[in-house]
Amino acid sequence: MGTLEQTVETEVHHGPARGITRWLYTTNHKDIGSMYLWFSLLMFLLGGCMALTIRAELFQPGLQLMEPNFFNQMTTMHGLIMVFGAVMPAFVGLANWMVPMMIGAPDMALPRMNNWSFWILPFAFCMMVATLFMEGGAPNFGWTFYAPLSTTYAPPSVTFFIFAVHMMGISSIMGAINIIATILNLRAPGMTMMKLPLFVWTWLITAFLLIAVMPVLAGVVTMMLMDIHFGTSFFNAAGGGDPVLFQHVFWFFGHPEVYIMILPAFGIVSQIIPTFARKKLFGYASMVYATASIAFLAFIVWAHHMFTVGMPLAGELFFMYATMLIAVPTGVKVFNWVATMFRGSMTFETPMLFALAFVVLFTIGGFSGLMLAIAPADFQYHDTYFVVAHFHYVLVPGAIFSIVAAVYYWLPKWTGNMYNETMGRWHFWLSFIGVNVTFFPMHFVGLAGMPRRIPDYALQFADFNAVASVGAFMFGLSQLLLVYNVVQCIRVKRPATAEVWEGAEGLEWTVPSPAPYHTFAQPPLVK
Amino acid sequence: MAQLQRKHTKVVRNLLLSSVLMFGFGFALVPLYDVFCDITGLNGKVTRTGPAEPMLVDRSRTVSLQLTAVNNEAMPWLFEPMTAEMNIHPGMTGQTAFIARNPTGKTMIAQAVPSVAPAEAAAYVQKINCFCFERQSLEAGQQQEMPLLFVIDPDLPDHISKITLSYTLFDITPQLQASHYAEQPQTGRFML
Ligand SMILES: [Cu+2]
Repeated sequence: MGTLEQTVETEVHHGPARGITRWLYTTNHKDIGSMYLWFSLLMFLLGGCMALTIRAELFQPGLQLMEPNFFNQMTTMHGLIMVFGAVMPAFVGLANWMVPMMIGAPDMALPRMNNWSFWILPFAFCMMVATLFMEGGAPNFGWTFYAPLSTTYAPPSVTFFIFAVHMMGISSIMGAINIIATILNLRAPGMTMMKLPLFVWTWLITAFLLIAVMPVLAGVVTMMLMDIHFGTSFFNAAGGGDPVLFQHVFWFFGHPEVYIMILPAFGIVSQIIPTFARKKLFGYASMVYATASIAFLAFIVWAHHMFTVGMPLAGELFFMYATMLIAVPTGVKVFNWVATMFRGSMTFETPMLFALAFVVLFTIGGFSGLMLAIAPADFQYHDTYFVVAHFHYVLVPGAIFSIVAAVYYWLPKWTGNMYNETMGRWHFWLSFIGVNVTFFPMHFVGLAGMPRRIPDYALQFADFNAVASVGAFMFGLSQLLLVYNVVQCIRVKRPATAEVWEGAEGLEWTVPSPAPYHTFAQPPLVK
Repeated sequence: MAQLQRKHTKVVRNLLLSSVLMFGFGFALVPLYDVFCDITGLNGKVTRTGPAEPMLVDRSRTVSLQLTAVNNEAMPWLFEPMTAEMNIHPGMTGQTAFIARNPTGKTMIAQAVPSVAPAEAAAYVQKINCFCFERQSLEAGQQQEMPLLFVIDPDLPDHISKITLSYTLFDITPQLQASHYAEQPQTGRFML
């Protein structure tokens, strides 16, 4: 016992190890958080290149640049990489960096497992991306990989895809276990549950969602594996299976998954808006309860993705009303954010700009979601660009904008330097305009009947598609400003204060900038 | 320190257990889904099979039964109903047949999968005997009449006057030749 305490004591005082082994063997939550964030940036740029490939092909009607099969591989890989490679690891990275600092913990609860859960990811995605160079090409059945497209008719590389999904599922589950253990066991004295910053609360709930649904995803790909290689018939009607079963199991995972990608975003925005409005967050407790009820409702709405499979009327109605019910807690959140800003002393630094754009554009995405929730109307919208517009509005100016806002918000704390504010604002306005130019026209072509995941389209959709492609390149290229700004922020000395932002509150702002390698070795006292 | 370690161990144990349970739950969804369809009669699956108890024939009503035959993907058999539509009184035993012919040069085995529309009617169709109960094997060039014996329950709700009974025919020859790998030409993938 005595020796154990001694090793902990000495470890507190030494800095990071040198060279590559620092990153390979690190158990430091800040190192691992940084690696998650860099990895996610890399995947964001890769998935973005695929998105631009898609938009380049869709710039004009007809087939210009690629074969339809390659186009399908691009839509599939773009979705998989953005969901599992960009958004989820970015949130895990932010949790690694910020959760221990926000609750006054010295590190994550299970540092070695933390190292594992990160280092599985590069291998999983190498395997996934390698399928592009395999015979028969990469998976081409869409990120939702519906059977039998992903079983009977899949390219041979589907097996690698399945194992990649298994690996990132294991990584996510380990990450979630770590976050829950940290939040439950390592809070500083006095940090009660109802004093937790909202980012921590939303992540706690997200982690429980991950524990509940990532194993179901692992299960569904395992069933695919068995259907493909071991002669079972889970999804094969000839053997007594049912392809619709696939959709039920997949969306049982899939709908909570979309909340896994948005709840931490709610948390981030709930940290940023009070800071720049210089007011306490309005309705803290209602925010916590709203998050929890969204998480609960996530489990009983999955079939709104499958209104057209031939469900009975009772099912259509149940899933329609349950889905619409989600608008209530979500509305509570939006009203709370607006009420926080009401009569606040607002300033508009880059993180606040992105947070504000989040509130406005996420709400638009929420409204188109409500339109899609109306079962009889969904029969027209189903599998059109209207759906594409909807989920890109909640994921790009939703999840991605919140991640970008979080990066600008906490970057001075991470690097010890202020980023370039002018460049940050340029990045914001170019992204904001780019996102809307890209995705708003998709509502119109979708309502007019343009189907998704098709490389060619009818002539009447040409103008809006050209506009969307221009917007996509504008949005994509403007992200290079973020990369440049982050690199400059690390390299150029422009020291930031410990508090960084005038109105910032929370334990993370009580430690110096940059945050020392070890923080809160002695737990702070929270009043 | 040791106390904290115990707390961590407890959390990790519980969460790992939940993950394993949820993995199992994913698989449990397969039978649950079938049970749910059985109980509610959704999904158009006929669950009433075997000999029928004598029912009162309701001569005041006539239900039109449409029969359709569909071949799944590359199934090369000729497959069609003997009559496309028949009118029958509820409670009366109906008899018809489907015709199948194997035009290929080798013996093939098929399985027919039935479906009823509207799904609400599925609970009121009783199949006394159906070719879909068993696999059908045809030699090269062989033709066969496959019988169907059924009865429609007189309790059938009044608003249903037309029932469609559809069969999809699947080629299950490759799955049954489990002793060796058969290559699927379209995908180039090897299947057991
Ligand atoms: Cu959903």
